[in-house]
Amino acid sequence: MIGRVGNAFEHAAAWLLGLLWVAPLLYAIWAAVHPQGYSVRFDLFAPLTLENFAAAWDAAPFARYFLNTFVLVTMVLVAQFVLCTLAAFAFARSEFRGSGLLFGLVLLQLMIMPDVLLVENYRSMRALGLVDTILAIGLPYMASAFGIFLLRQTFKQIPRELEEAARVEGCGTMAILLRVYVPLAKPTYLAYGLTSVSYHWNNFLWPLVITNTVETRPLTVGLSVFASTDQGIDWAIISAATLMTSAPLLLGFLMFQRQFVQSFMRAGIR
Amino acid sequence: MQGRTTVHAWLMLSPALLLLVAFTHYPAIATIWHSLFSTPRGSRPARFVGAENYLALAEDPIFWQALMNNLVYALTTIPLSIGLALMMALWVNGKIHGRTALRIAFFTPTVLPMIAVANLWLFFYTPDYGLLDQILRTLFGWGPTNWIGRTETALGAMIVVAVWKEAGFFMIFYLAALQAIPPNLCEAAAIEGASRARIFWRITLPLLGPTTLFVLVNAVINGFRLVDHIIVMTKGGPDNATALLLTYVYELGFRFWDTATASALTVVLLVMLALTAAVQFLVGEKRVHYR
Repeated sequence: MIGRVGNAFEHAAAWLLGLLWVAPLLYAIWAAVHPQGYSVRFDLFAPLTLENFAAAWDAAPFARYFLNTFVLVTMVLVAQFVLCTLAAFAFARSEFRGSGLLFGLVLLQLMIMPDVLLVENYRSMRALGLVDTILAIGLPYMASAFGIFLLRQTFKQIPRELEEAARVEGCGTMAILLRVYVPLAKPTYLAYGLTSVSYHWNNFLWPLVITNTVETRPLTVGLSVFASTDQGIDWAIISAATLMTSAPLLLGFLMFQRQFVQSFMRAGIR
Repeated sequence: MQGRTTVHAWLMLSPALLLLVAFTHYPAIATIWHSLFSTPRGSRPARFVGAENYLALAEDPIFWQALMNNLVYALTTIPLSIGLALMMALWVNGKIHGRTALRIAFFTPTVLPMIAVANLWLFFYTPDYGLLDQILRTLFGWGPTNWIGRTETALGAMIVVAVWKEAGFFMIFYLAALQAIPPNLCEAAAIEGASRARIFWRITLPLLGPTTLFVLVNAVINGFRLVDHIIVMTKGGPDNATALLLTYVYELGFRFWDTATASALTVVLLVMLALTAAVQFLVGEKRVHYR
């Protein structure tokens, strides 16, 4: 009996917490699809409208921001895949003098992330003449310790016999990497790719510092500029803009939800 | 042959290493170096000033407040987000109705940009009209509260947002670990008559050790790094009640363009991160059993 009551209580707690977790989002959806007057007034029969989205889209160059974010995310992802794969393969399969120390130096980036080194990285970008470019937003993140670590763990689990078999058949190191290791590490690439895309789609502080024109600003910075200028308390339009900028990632996640969780499990990050 | 693979290894490592050195190791060391110089202004170049920037920080009350705020922020967000994450993972891993819906609900904040999150929560916290005040008025008859405009509640409001944002992300790692625990372990214990609580404390939790360490490392880093919402929602205010080390670095470096003091402050931040790394390394080595 106590077990039953306890169980019901636990269910209720779980659902309450779940509701709490989506409440801000639901609230934003409510505000965005109703006329402005209903932002703070709940009425089941409030008229629906898409005007807030249209108004938000016209109020700021969101199309350009979307393009910038898309370019940024793609560029970072491709660079990370290439650089981290090569480095992880070297760490996983070649024992050379100092490789342990070198790996330790790489892992330092897990603790000291580029976000913390704003001031100095800004100085470097200015010296390189890259201030206010999309390349500058992505550059500090392209060699990622997290990616190298993750792929190295995965590569290490792949049996050496497979590599030796490929070598007997005349494959060179590069062919072995591309034909044996990379295909077998697919779940890790998926998990890491999704994490990376969502990280850079959402990243804010460094892009805020390094960009200052419409041509380079990603969505996050564009949204903050939009929301902080005289839009003031027009919640309906801000909510619409907020939803618009988060929508692609949110929809992507909803679609790939199962694969996302599973790829994390298979990637063996435990 | 050995020589050739070493050359191969270095060739494969060099692009990543070059970028890592350029944007992690070099700036970390350059920050220390530049923190010993004055800020160049106009025609006056930077000159060596020794520990002057640090002394200026030590006399700056905002610095001490940011440091204390950051400690409070880290020491509350870390246990709260990890505890909630574990609880969520246990729930969505068990036999609960609407498991998938709950899983999505818990994870949703993770995929939202922190800026979007900040906008949503600004709305939530608005005095009088905001959802929070509306709920509190209906339930308890409370009057309007300016949650992020008052020094007493502002930091707490920021902590809630950070926990809300992080917990679902950590849940994924716990969920992955829970699903890797062989079910027969818990079944055997249950047959032996162990209670659910006992199974949790004696079997599940110890097996989650490595995950907890991994999550802890991430939570600690986020305790110093996760400041986007603060920059948008309060800009460190009111009266520096929500100023953290990184928001103050941003303010000094990119609002006042006082790069010398900002560098000194960054060094403080790096020291804090190094200290936590050292503690985790020492504790982790002893307490966590890796396979």
